[in-house]
Amino acid sequence: MEDTDLVILWGSNARETHPIFFHHVLKGVRKGARLYVVDPRRTSSARWADVWLGLDVGSDIALANAIGSEIIAAGLQNRAFIENATSDFGAYREAVQPYTLENAEKLTGVPASVIRELAHAYARADRAQLCWTLGITEHHNAVDNVLALINLALLTGHVGRYGSGVNPLRGQNNVQGGGDMGALPDRLPGFQHVENAELRAKFDKAWNVKVPPKKGLHLSGMFEAMELGKFHALYVIGENPLQSEADQRRCERLLRGLEFLVVQDILLTPTGELAHVVLPAAAGWCESEGTVTSSERRVQRVRKAVDPPVGARDDIEILSDLAGRLGHHWGRLTAEDIWNEVRRLSPVHAGMSYARLEALGGIQWPCYDESHPGELFLHSRLWQRPVVGPRAQFSVVEFEPPVDALDETYPIRLTTGRRLDSFNTGVQTSRYRSPLREPERLDLSPEDGARYGLTEGERVRVSSRRASVEVQVRFDPSLRPGLAFLTIHFQDVVATNLLTIDATDPKSGTAEFKATAIRIDKLAERPGAQGRARLQPAP
Amino acid sequence: MDQRDQKDPWLSHQPRPPVIPTPRGPVPVPPTFPPRRQLSLTVNGRKVSVAEGTTLLEALRGIGIDTPTLCYLETLTPVNVCRICVVEVEGSRTLVPACSRKVEEGMVVKTDTERVRLSRRLVVEFLASSVDVSTSPQIQAYMNRYGARPQRFGPASPPAGHRDAARAGYHEATDGSRAATVGQPVKKDNELYYRDYGKCILCYKCVEACGTDAQNTFAIAVAGHGFEARISTEHAIPLPESACVYCGNCIGVCPTGALMFASEYEMRQSGTWDESRQTQTDTICPYCGVGCTTTLHVQDGKIVKVTSPLDKDVTRGHLCVKGRFGWQFVQIRDPGSERR
Amino acid sequence: MDIHLAKIEPALEEREAVNSVLGAPESGWSGGERRIDLEGHCAFGGHRSQAQRHLLLPVLHAIQSRLGWITPGALNYTCQRLDLPPAEAYAVASFYGLFSLTPRPRRVLHICDDIACMTRGAEELCGRVEQRLGPPSTDTLDGKATWYRSPCLGLCERAPAALISFAGERPCEGVFAPADPNRIIAALQAEGRDAARESPDRFDVKASVPQAGQPGLTLLKRAGRIDAESIDDYRAQGGFETLRRAFSLGRSWVVREVSASGLVGRGGAAFPTGKKWDPANRPVYLVCNADESEPGTFKDRVVMEADPFSVIEAMTIAGYATGCERGYLYLRGEYPLAGERLAHAVTMARQRGFLGDDILGQGVRFDVEIRRGAGAYICGEETALFNSIEGYRGEPRNKPPFPTQFGLFGKPTVVNNVETLINVLLIVEKGGERFATMGTSGSTGPKLFSVSGHVARPGVYEVPFGATLRQLIELAGGVSGSGRLQAVLLGGAAGTFVSPGELDTPLTFEGTRAIGAVLGSGAVVLFDDTVDLRKVLLRIAAFFRDESCGQCVPCRVGTVRQEELLQRLARGRPIGSTEEELNLLKEIAQAMRDASICGLGQTASSAVESALRRWRLFPPGA
Repeated sequence: MEDTDLVILWGSNARETHPIFFHHVLKGVRKGARLYVVDPRRTSSARWADVWLGLDVGSDIALANAIGSEIIAAGLQNRAFIENATSDFGAYREAVQPYTLENAEKLTGVPASVIRELAHAYARADRAQLCWTLGITEHHNAVDNVLALINLALLTGHVGRYGSGVNPLRGQNNVQGGGDMGALPDRLPGFQHVENAELRAKFDKAWNVKVPPKKGLHLSGMFEAMELGKFHALYVIGENPLQSEADQRRCERLLRGLEFLVVQDILLTPTGELAHVVLPAAAGWCESEGTVTSSERRVQRVRKAVDPPVGARDDIEILSDLAGRLGHHWGRLTAEDIWNEVRRLSPVHAGMSYARLEALGGIQWPCYDESHPGELFLHSRLWQRPVVGPRAQFSVVEFEPPVDALDETYPIRLTTGRRLDSFNTGVQTSRYRSPLREPERLDLSPEDGARYGLTEGERVRVSSRRASVEVQVRFDPSLRPGLAFLTIHFQDVVATNLLTIDATDPKSGTAEFKATAIRIDKLAERPGAQGRARLQPAP
Repeated sequence: MDQRDQKDPWLSHQPRPPVIPTPRGPVPVPPTFPPRRQLSLTVNGRKVSVAEGTTLLEALRGIGIDTPTLCYLETLTPVNVCRICVVEVEGSRTLVPACSRKVEEGMVVKTDTERVRLSRRLVVEFLASSVDVSTSPQIQAYMNRYGARPQRFGPASPPAGHRDAARAGYHEATDGSRAATVGQPVKKDNELYYRDYGKCILCYKCVEACGTDAQNTFAIAVAGHGFEARISTEHAIPLPESACVYCGNCIGVCPTGALMFASEYEMRQSGTWDESRQTQTDTICPYCGVGCTTTLHVQDGKIVKVTSPLDKDVTRGHLCVKGRFGWQFVQIRDPGSERR
Repeated sequence: MDIHLAKIEPALEEREAVNSVLGAPESGWSGGERRIDLEGHCAFGGHRSQAQRHLLLPVLHAIQSRLGWITPGALNYTCQRLDLPPAEAYAVASFYGLFSLTPRPRRVLHICDDIACMTRGAEELCGRVEQRLGPPSTDTLDGKATWYRSPCLGLCERAPAALISFAGERPCEGVFAPADPNRIIAALQAEGRDAARESPDRFDVKASVPQAGQPGLTLLKRAGRIDAESIDDYRAQGGFETLRRAFSLGRSWVVREVSASGLVGRGGAAFPTGKKWDPANRPVYLVCNADESEPGTFKDRVVMEADPFSVIEAMTIAGYATGCERGYLYLRGEYPLAGERLAHAVTMARQRGFLGDDILGQGVRFDVEIRRGAGAYICGEETALFNSIEGYRGEPRNKPPFPTQFGLFGKPTVVNNVETLINVLLIVEKGGERFATMGTSGSTGPKLFSVSGHVARPGVYEVPFGATLRQLIELAGGVSGSGRLQAVLLGGAAGTFVSPGELDTPLTFEGTRAIGAVLGSGAVVLFDDTVDLRKVLLRIAAFFRDESCGQCVPCRVGTVRQEELLQRLARGRPIGSTEEELNLLKEIAQAMRDASICGLGQTASSAVESALRRWRLFPPGA
């Protein structure tokens, strides 16, 4: 990130959500890299940018395809790379052709000249990084959004080289590690597909059980299954779905409808309050041993620094005991024992002994054996001639507006996000006294504030097609009319996710947190307030 | 597949399996630069060879010569302002700061001459006579090492309340009977840390960490002029009104305890701070996916402060407000403690 | 940048002051009117907006001269315009003595109480003013005005000196020298916006250049003989002919001749100009250091006031010879008349094609921008000067790297003092070899001396290198005051004292070195035997304590400890014995000399030490 010529942050406010990563971006910027930020809001990250492209919420594919189209029209695509390492370029070229700069301006709001500038700068840069976060993935077409960006990297060859690449920034300290370990519906540890008989056999043998041959459900799928009455028991470890999932009302109804809900967590979360059984757990990062994997695939050690409170137990201990009750006696396992099992079964982790993790301060997978240094970036194979392994495929993706459409009744686009000093649903961060924290409020453009006759600090009712919440308003000049912003940090106070839609991406199961249609109504005067007529709801 | 199967979440949605794990390609390496020229220099009569671009400080440390530093930190751009690392270089009219001076071919360096010792001693005396160094073990060690006697300059003047308003280029008349100091009231304007600028040696580290070398927030800078130069927000406004984002990186680099975590400050005030009873454990921050190493300082089973090691490429000693301060939640889970 | 601004809406006056330098804002995102319909989907910033930082100092000047102080609203708006963190802007503003960050009356009087003015009644003047206006730094005249004691204002030949500045819609500044309390207070009270503009003293060649009109002058040949505001007059006296000659003989010829001339820098450090001009360095910027602030020094001011076009012509030749296309002239903030005349000279030179993209139709590109300092002696140090131009605090950088490699904006830079540059005109006219025949073998060419203090005809004198101190004093009409010379301070506050027994020392670099003195900037301040030299030393010590930028420990604290120690000695209240104190003083001096970053700290004890070597000012037991 520090040795690159151009950085695009797309749907990412890394300044606040990945502050230390942003240090590295700024090191690059100080060395001369140009920074482009694509975000509906002019965020604190966007304010560092050479150019901010404030697209309309959910128009990412239109913008990406227009950039691709312009690069091809200007003949700036990396022909050698495309020929050597990719497939389906023809279909892509054809598909993006209608996304002219002018059309994209209409779909995204971003002036054609600015789109053109980004297209040319990205294509001409010697080295370029394309990073994204939830602004890309919390949409009903999340995977398509990602594919649209990957297309751009393939088009220009900005992938698999030092200083060039695509970077999805992970939101949690071990969300990558969860995937590594097989906490995906279709994968076993090390990303080995569960429906691949040969791979499965390895696990069957090692574990002396029959691993079910069919992939499982992702979270949104589970809720769908609950809705269909096909899903009866849920074991939640370290999640707070009641507050983190879109359309909270539905979520609560479904969780309450379960026959058996187990929650294992370090704190009694609102989800835990619904549970039949709560298993108090030790905090993974400071009360137990183990590893986590960061956004850059770096496996690093977490260590026990303090004892958990009385009654809270290490996750390994809880799971081992549970297994014992179910008839599988694993004995007393240490974190390292389990890790060594991972190394035996997952080739990409094979070389990462605790000793090496300690000595090297972490290793980036893949690391195939104990002489392997780990890999700084992936996809270097695409630059081999001929390419090693399968070619990287261009994907045809089309722009689709957000599911929750704006209309006269719900004219404002609400998008959600995070602030620097808080984290997700605030289970952990609400416990420290951050001087930055203000009461949760709905951010509105000053123009909308005036249009609805609001004053700053006034409480309003925010309604979506699903529910209403009351919240104070704040005027934020980084927003334009028709765009509003709420965080998800204070669900107890402002249950943002009552408003959001559960339209989920069919491929990844991510809900469209980023695009909700809302209306804003002034609250009725309190009894006792004099001289003012009851205000009618705003149009 | 009939309609019902389409609806069955177990069977619907078959994305094409991505290529993970990716087939093995060549192991990527950062681009290599042409090997650097070796330069030779003489240190205290001994021939030494180092790579071009090495600073004198690195060269000296490389051969085990312990060179004192205060304003230098591996992770920050050398500002060479404290001048305690000065050494003698043949041909140079003045002493040169080892921290920033690059080695040149044929340099002849002396590190322990009377001239060097005098400047180092005076630097320590200047600091100890004008600043409260009671929470800086480093400066106290240097005082012993160089035989500093700051009391030679007379008794310290009492703290002044108006340093923030000092006008550049002017000072109050002195009769010389008391040694001017930077003594002033402690600033406490937020829950997370204290600023006791009566302990500030103006090493610029906090400004660098808040600015271009890490955080790029620029909430503080060196304001004013001369002896009245000071670390300040604009118009000396309290931190909560300033740009401060409470990353605490300034505290992480402060060598004198002028900037201190509220937890540490308050324990010191109440006499319960005891480093001999503390352990330090490296782990990974529980928040976002960047993977910052945090060092938990634990006393009596409680986290008392969080720092970050300098030698990790990801953090280089720097954290954000969540990693630095957002650890309380693990400690308020004792049985019976209320939720939220 | 994600700067954090205060929620202050700038007042019209504040906005106008800032816009007078920056122009109207381009975008609603940078302080302009919000046009969300046009700009709601894109914004530009980053490297482009960061590149404006160098405009900070001019903007601060504009605010100060419009409002009388740097108001929070104006500073906040400046930050919004320049994409600059407020703490940084505040840090820069609070560095400079001429700026006020707290409310201050719009009329400000500075009275010099420095060493040269001390000899000519500065204390009495301050006393009289204090009687009428109250103590310094307090509001007076019904809150309309305030006054300060000031370090040397560079008007030593007309001491005692005062500087007056009126902020407002039509700001103005002027000097009074010699200052009469009635006259300056009348000016401070004057009604009508032009009152102050008319009353101050303008340049008076007889008072400043006693040799004016004499044959044989080279650097001062035009002083008093031309209208300093007329380019036609300048051209009629051969102006810009030297530039033509330089063009016709070529760049490398000029560089070669400058090397051959043996010219060394006249600012104080005496570095060979030819080496600075080495084309191998590929310099990008040419900087003329006109931040003449050394107490007792005023020669550059006189040159700029008497013959401003020559400075511009010399810079253009230097720019041409070294291949720089951009020149900066950094002028001391306390020199309003020089600033006015230079600005006029630049405008006229541009109009006539002596500056610009195609000078004299020769395809040579060069232009000059004038930057004003704001009351910081340290900015005369070349790297501090670069930082100041760039919009940072005027803190010196560690050297190496030297300006020839890493100078202004990080680019290779040629930096020369005013006097050095006008010598180049002479070299181009005569050729380097002939120039080298003037003066001595170690110090070639003519030299300007600023002679002040107890001397009959103070002023700037031009003599060839090699003249003795005695000859210079005689040229200036001999010792005045009591008529009995006690001491001469050579080179200003950073210089050295010499005694009457050393008057036959030739005023050359090598000659002064031989007696353990320095020539420095060429300041020569005479003290008769009625002067209490201890007071002079205390004034010098106070000067360095004020002017230390505060960056490095030896200078920041050393200058304080030096002043405290001298105060104790002067009051006869040493800690321990006087001898112990004198030893401690030596240690302080050595640490400052050895370990300070720049010349300021390195020379902050030089005058004090030289005096103590020559006289027993603090006898033991006294």
